[in-house]
Amino acid sequence: MHNFDIEKPSSVSEAVAALAAEGAQALAGGQTLIPTMKQRLAAPEKLVLLSGIEELKGISASGGKLTIGAATTHAEVAADGSYPALSALAADIGDPAVRNRGTIGGSLANNDPSADYPAAVLASNAVVNTNKRAIAADDFFVGMFETALDEGEIITSVEFPLPEAASYQKIDQPASRFALVGVFVAKGANGWRVAVTGASNEGVFRWSAAEEALNGGGSLEGMAPDADGMIDDIHGSAAYRAHLVGVLTRRAVAAA
Amino acid sequence: MPADGGIGASTRRREDVRFLTGKGQYTDDINIRGQAYVHFLRSDIAHGKINNIDTSDAENMPGVIRIFTSKDFEGVGGVPCGWQVTDRFGQPMQEPKHPVLAEGKVRHVGEPIAAVVAETREQARDAAEAIIVDIEELPAVIDMKAALQDGATKVHDDLTGNLCFDWGFVEENREAVDEAIRNAAHVTTLELTNNRLVANPMEPRVAIGDYDAARDEHTLYTTSQNPHVIRLLMGAFVLGIPENKLRVIAPDVGGGFGTKIFHYQEEAFCTFAAKAVNRPVKWTSSRSEAFMSDAHGRDHVTKIELALDENGKFLAVRTDTYANMGAYLSTFAPSVPTWLHGTLMAGNYTTPLVYVNVKAVFTNTVPVDAYRGAGRPEATFQLERVIDKAARELGIDPIELRRRNFIQPDQYPYATPVALEYDTGNYPATMDKLVEIADIKGFAARKAESESRGKKRGLGIAHYIEACGIAPSNLVGQLGARAGLYESATVRVNPTGGLVVMTGSHSHGQGHETTFPQVVAEMIGIDAGMVEIVHGDTANTPMGMGTYGSRSIAVGGSAIVRATEKIIAKARKIAAHLLEASDEDIELKDGQFTVKGTDKSVAWGDVCLAAYVPHNYPLEDLEPGLEETAFYDPANFVYPAGAYACEVEVDPETGKVEIMSFCAADDFGNIINPMIVEGQVHGGLAQGIGQALLEHCVYDENGQLVSGSYMDYAMPRADDLPSFVTDTSCQTPCTHNPLGVKGCGEAGAIGAPPAVVNAVVDALADMGVTHIDMPLTPARVWSAIQAAK
Amino acid sequence: MISVTMTVNGKPVSGAVEGRTLLVDFLRETAGLTGTHVGCDTSQCGACTIHVNGRAVKSCTMLAAEADGAEIATIEGMANPDGSLGVIQAAFKEHHGLQCGFCTPGMVMSAASLLAENRNPSEAEIREYLEGNICRCTGYHNIVKAIQAAAAQLG
Repeated sequence: MHNFDIEKPSSVSEAVAALAAEGAQALAGGQTLIPTMKQRLAAPEKLVLLSGIEELKGISASGGKLTIGAATTHAEVAADGSYPALSALAADIGDPAVRNRGTIGGSLANNDPSADYPAAVLASNAVVNTNKRAIAADDFFVGMFETALDEGEIITSVEFPLPEAASYQKIDQPASRFALVGVFVAKGANGWRVAVTGASNEGVFRWSAAEEALNGGGSLEGMAPDADGMIDDIHGSAAYRAHLVGVLTRRAVAAA
Repeated sequence: MPADGGIGASTRRREDVRFLTGKGQYTDDINIRGQAYVHFLRSDIAHGKINNIDTSDAENMPGVIRIFTSKDFEGVGGVPCGWQVTDRFGQPMQEPKHPVLAEGKVRHVGEPIAAVVAETREQARDAAEAIIVDIEELPAVIDMKAALQDGATKVHDDLTGNLCFDWGFVEENREAVDEAIRNAAHVTTLELTNNRLVANPMEPRVAIGDYDAARDEHTLYTTSQNPHVIRLLMGAFVLGIPENKLRVIAPDVGGGFGTKIFHYQEEAFCTFAAKAVNRPVKWTSSRSEAFMSDAHGRDHVTKIELALDENGKFLAVRTDTYANMGAYLSTFAPSVPTWLHGTLMAGNYTTPLVYVNVKAVFTNTVPVDAYRGAGRPEATFQLERVIDKAARELGIDPIELRRRNFIQPDQYPYATPVALEYDTGNYPATMDKLVEIADIKGFAARKAESESRGKKRGLGIAHYIEACGIAPSNLVGQLGARAGLYESATVRVNPTGGLVVMTGSHSHGQGHETTFPQVVAEMIGIDAGMVEIVHGDTANTPMGMGTYGSRSIAVGGSAIVRATEKIIAKARKIAAHLLEASDEDIELKDGQFTVKGTDKSVAWGDVCLAAYVPHNYPLEDLEPGLEETAFYDPANFVYPAGAYACEVEVDPETGKVEIMSFCAADDFGNIINPMIVEGQVHGGLAQGIGQALLEHCVYDENGQLVSGSYMDYAMPRADDLPSFVTDTSCQTPCTHNPLGVKGCGEAGAIGAPPAVVNAVVDALADMGVTHIDMPLTPARVWSAIQAAK
Repeated sequence: MISVTMTVNGKPVSGAVEGRTLLVDFLRETAGLTGTHVGCDTSQCGACTIHVNGRAVKSCTMLAAEADGAEIATIEGMANPDGSLGVIQAAFKEHHGLQCGFCTPGMVMSAASLLAENRNPSEAEIREYLEGNICRCTGYHNIVKAIQAAAAQLG
């Protein structure tokens, strides 16, 4: 790693102030950023640790909504259980040690195209709260490793409307154990939403054809999205990923 | 048997205590006062001409002590190859120089171009980033068949082309095999690849060079399976340091699996640089570096044909293999696709005619060398796959087809058409045992149950034989080995009766510190706890060849037996003197020397004391002391064999394969420590299953290593594997070593891949799938199903 | 340089570190506890697994500065006070749950963390929990057996 300075703010406002410095970057659980820095693929001049900010932590449920602080670990979400499909998803991210450090805010801000949380946030029609604003899930994910967050903007919490039914199904990429394809389906107030991770070069996306079929009483049988734009790598062709999206969506709906 | 465990006891391992408490001493745990750190600047392109290396900025970076390039190694030799193969036409293989740091060209991603020695690891790396290398990129040679075409870019400009050698075996059988295949009632043909693998011992390689200027002595601490081999290769061929001035220490080593046999540039560099900068120099490989600098394994592309008569008897086998050597010849690379592969193509069967052709090819990839099994998995995989395919084509049960062709128990010693003489074995017995432990009869019901859940279930069988306990020096010398393959042991008895055994074998997980004392204790009749094992340091062990090729108990253990026999012979003389009897009348039992037919006896400890307190000693007949050395050179290979069964469930919608059970019935001859042997089988199975389902080292067409970390190279994890069912009760003791033992370390890695692939093909046979190349990832299985539709 | 202090196996350890100093390097080099190993650089092999404030963490993927003030447990702290092997360590020995020993410290720390969360795990739960700990020697068979045995003994 290149060397860097460290700041340890104890409030969001301190963190925001620290992040205003040139070359500063936020460090949440570090489970992606630290390995990236070890490979010298990222070289921030200053790391602002979010782990000491109490207001970013914790889970609360009220009024049909589950609010999760951005610095809440995967392990804590897995243990919560008030949104079972979300807890099941969290319980299958990485491995136990990674889940003890990695956080929901860090995962969303990174928006890895194979990360699990983005699918849950998008399918659940959740709201991403930051120090500046509330961002609807549909507006948050912009592309592979890209989000609507501005420079220096920090996710503070995520609000999930609790759905009537939901399920997450995935096939692991055999080496990294990230999602080769993961599909989160959730039935909320406005019907089914289907969000797909791992498959697309553009990152997480909603499979609208499947949503229309589900909400219009149609069948998903034999459906698969277009393979154009799907990730094609040593772990699976674009055609295979497109096929898996269909299979996993059907399985998720059946399990929801 | 000794109270604390002799031969046949599952003695718990004494080495475990230090490993379980964090007190192991691996090479990276060693820090020498004043040490500096080296970081290698490695090529990020596969093939290119180096025009210039500008180190001027880097030299002024904080902490930099010195930067080395190939200029500093003029007059230093290349890393040598230890085996010369002669081609079909009687010519020696092409053998390029393998420089310590790249000379003029880079030939694979990861090849070291420059080395920065600095005060800290991160400073060395920071400075390496400031080195400016002007490289003119050349087309990368990656595909083996393309590499052999006319006009292909040459990996080595000074060689005639990219063909290292074209090897035929047995060349005299070539026409007879062709004829048998032409005339056979049935010929089954299979084209396959044996996927390139990375050994991935969990401890990455480490080297520390240390130089004592006052004594002009070099010490290298290294993660090696064979410190004496490193001392010889590095001292004699690379750096020109005589053995008496060079000590190589391989302390606790965290797994090897073949890739820590070889002598690497980093070892030579650290030894050289320690003198050049007059500081200890330490290198610790990262995992990313390991992927691009540890020798890889396998990587064969093969076509095999099996000719059968109308009754399913095997008539002939013909195989054509392209074997990837990578950019340079690693230490034992040429032996792997030739003598360790071609000689196994008879398998367990009476096939009378075999012809093996191997074209070894240079490419712009990391050198390829021995990895657990080394040549024998490649042989076994193609043979057991083609037999399975033949069985399906002929409508014969795959177990029955193998039984029809097994060498029978009354046929030993059995001379194969590929130069080996199997001394003993009983393949019908291992197959019978497998049928029992795998409940083959119950398979149909299990299959029906799986299908009721929408899953396809398959059963795969394989029967392997391997030649290990490497190796008879006379034989391998004729075959091109530039070393002998004996093993050594010195047994030193202390005055109060305890023993130290200094062995040339090296333990990097095999449990020698536990197993070897069991042998010695049994022979003398004392507690195993009285026997210590010393290994891994050229300064205090006799010249030995180390551990690989499942040789430690068969060759190293035999050397210990021979040395202990010498100890006992001398101790009897001492006892005879103490008891005033003749040597021939002395019996040793349970650590007591007794005059036959009397109650006159003297204890082991008293004899040992007398050896070192030679008062009243017949010095003219007997010299004081009790210490003996033996070098054991095996008369033949040993031939473990076994029957494996794998059951899988395949999800036809996703292509995901789940292993439902894996059963192994092995014949390892006599067994010293059953617990350790089973553990070796488990580990081999996991690596074999890993090769079959998960692991794949992939280069793209530009020679970039696509699977360069655990993010893309799939290591078997606990939830990828089942609990194994193992059985070692079929035992035909080896006839030519004193313990009657065979090797067990590589068996699982040899037998498992065909069993797994046969199982998946069996599961999908009714969908028209006949073959899938390893690894059988969900994507590949799904594609095979689609292609068969 | 940043000054950090943490409690390692019950004893205070202090040192000055760079921002980039990883916790594992602090433990190995400053605290001199070389039982915690580094087997990869992508946070997957788990050889560096330790406990931070009672929870399993990969010490190669945490900065030393992040552990300032934390309670750390490493393999060196897993034996009984009299130096004899703890229950999990003894079970690994009894069931031959290790060969080369390199992954073993991380395995033991993960096993301890599993058994703290789940006193009676099934074979499938054990295998799943070990997802972040790679062993190249044992095929995991005897590691699973050892953890089952330790679970039974711990009741």
